[in-house]
Amino acid sequence: MRPTAFPRHGAVHRPAAALAAGDEADRARRFRDAALPHLDDVYTVARYMMRSAADADDAVQECYLRAFRHFDGFRGEAIKPWLLAILRNVCQAEFARRAGRVVVGGDADAADDATPLWHEETCTAESELLRREDAERLRGLVAALPDPFREAIVLRDIEDLPYRDIARVTGAPIGTVMSRIARARSMLRAAWLKSDDDPECCEPHQETCK
Amino acid sequence: MTCEETALLLHALIDDELDAGHVHAVEDHVTDCPRCAGRLRDYRRVRHALATPAMRYAAPADLRARIESALPAPRAAASTSRRSLLKGFAAGGMMSAALAASLVVVVVRQEAGQRVLGDAVSAHLRALRGDHLIDVASTDQHTVKPWFNGKIDVAPPVVDLTPQGFTLVGGRLDYLDGRPVATIVYKRREHVIDLFVAPADAQAAASPRGTMEALQGFNVWRWGFSDLSFVAVSDLNTEEFRDFVNRIEAAVQNGA
Repeated sequence: MRPTAFPRHGAVHRPAAALAAGDEADRARRFRDAALPHLDDVYTVARYMMRSAADADDAVQECYLRAFRHFDGFRGEAIKPWLLAILRNVCQAEFARRAGRVVVGGDADAADDATPLWHEETCTAESELLRREDAERLRGLVAALPDPFREAIVLRDIEDLPYRDIARVTGAPIGTVMSRIARARSMLRAAWLKSDDDPECCEPHQETCK
Repeated sequence: MTCEETALLLHALIDDELDAGHVHAVEDHVTDCPRCAGRLRDYRRVRHALATPAMRYAAPADLRARIESALPAPRAAASTSRRSLLKGFAAGGMMSAALAASLVVVVVRQEAGQRVLGDAVSAHLRALRGDHLIDVASTDQHTVKPWFNGKIDVAPPVVDLTPQGFTLVGGRLDYLDGRPVATIVYKRREHVIDLFVAPADAQAAASPRGTMEALQGFNVWRWGFSDLSFVAVSDLNTEEFRDFVNRIEAAVQNGA
């Protein structure tokens, strides 16, 4: 508690404090409008990177709190890659922390409490190639990819980011981004073929070339 | 071009990140090489399978609530500055291309009507937050339509789609790109659909067939007909949103 020997002091500071509170509310509103529409995007990437619902929750919450703290440093570039870059830092920090201790077992069963954005009514000609069980299988295949490849393919094919945004988010040159995407698709193709009993999809091709 | 050279570029082709010259070279090679053609087809299938909504996750409601509650509360009845709100949206398509140094030419799309669409999404977001969803609440098209008389320069068609599952809930006034527009508000289950109607502008007239796109996580549709331009915004899934806009287009063309 401050001594009240200088009442005028308080009187002078009061409007400034009120103004600061107003600015803060304004900043929060701008942040909400800009960042919250991307919550599902950020959460989707977090689920694939952290491989568990609980860890994704924690990472996304930390990401949004950090993003709000640094929102003044955000200068009007596209906000989705900016948020995803912050998420990446959060995930990397968590991976580094884990690397310091032995991790036993996996989060393999964590996919059970997923909330996939699946609606039966969206199953049309465009998406009927991928049945629900296919999506679950494919999620498993993506989860099995090593970190850099999983990250690149999730940002490209699930989040639909262009190469230059993936380069921004991951801090890797575009050439590296390209080769990671190529590796990831190649690994997914191989894994899909291996686990696939449907000869109609992705049948093997003879390894010959003219 | 050899198979080895093609291997990496196949992906850039799929991802639409290849300049015209390389597109030609890769396609030429693929035409003559069954192995690379097979690869291309497989990789396209992989990409297609990954890009379906089934592969995405929705953030749990309690996570959203935790993040919301960690932010400072908004001021009651704050007068929102739409300009500052727009800065974030308008800048979306104009990122630095400095990182695009590579053999791959990155395609930068520039959309003329982006500003209006950004405004529409902002207005939709503000309405959803509860600042101001409707000025006139009515499920009766004959109440909503005359309410706009004298308030704006157009007589917006107010279509009743309640039998089709899109409940008319009312109307309000908004401003898109500095011009007053009529907003007609529909609901489908818990999803709000805002239909903005304004006097025709050049951009809408340039796309008389109607265009759909995703912006800031919302589905956005833009269409021009006669002397009116329309923008619809919703977080409704693409399928139902398309159904909605098809019904609006049909009703307007039939003189609703």
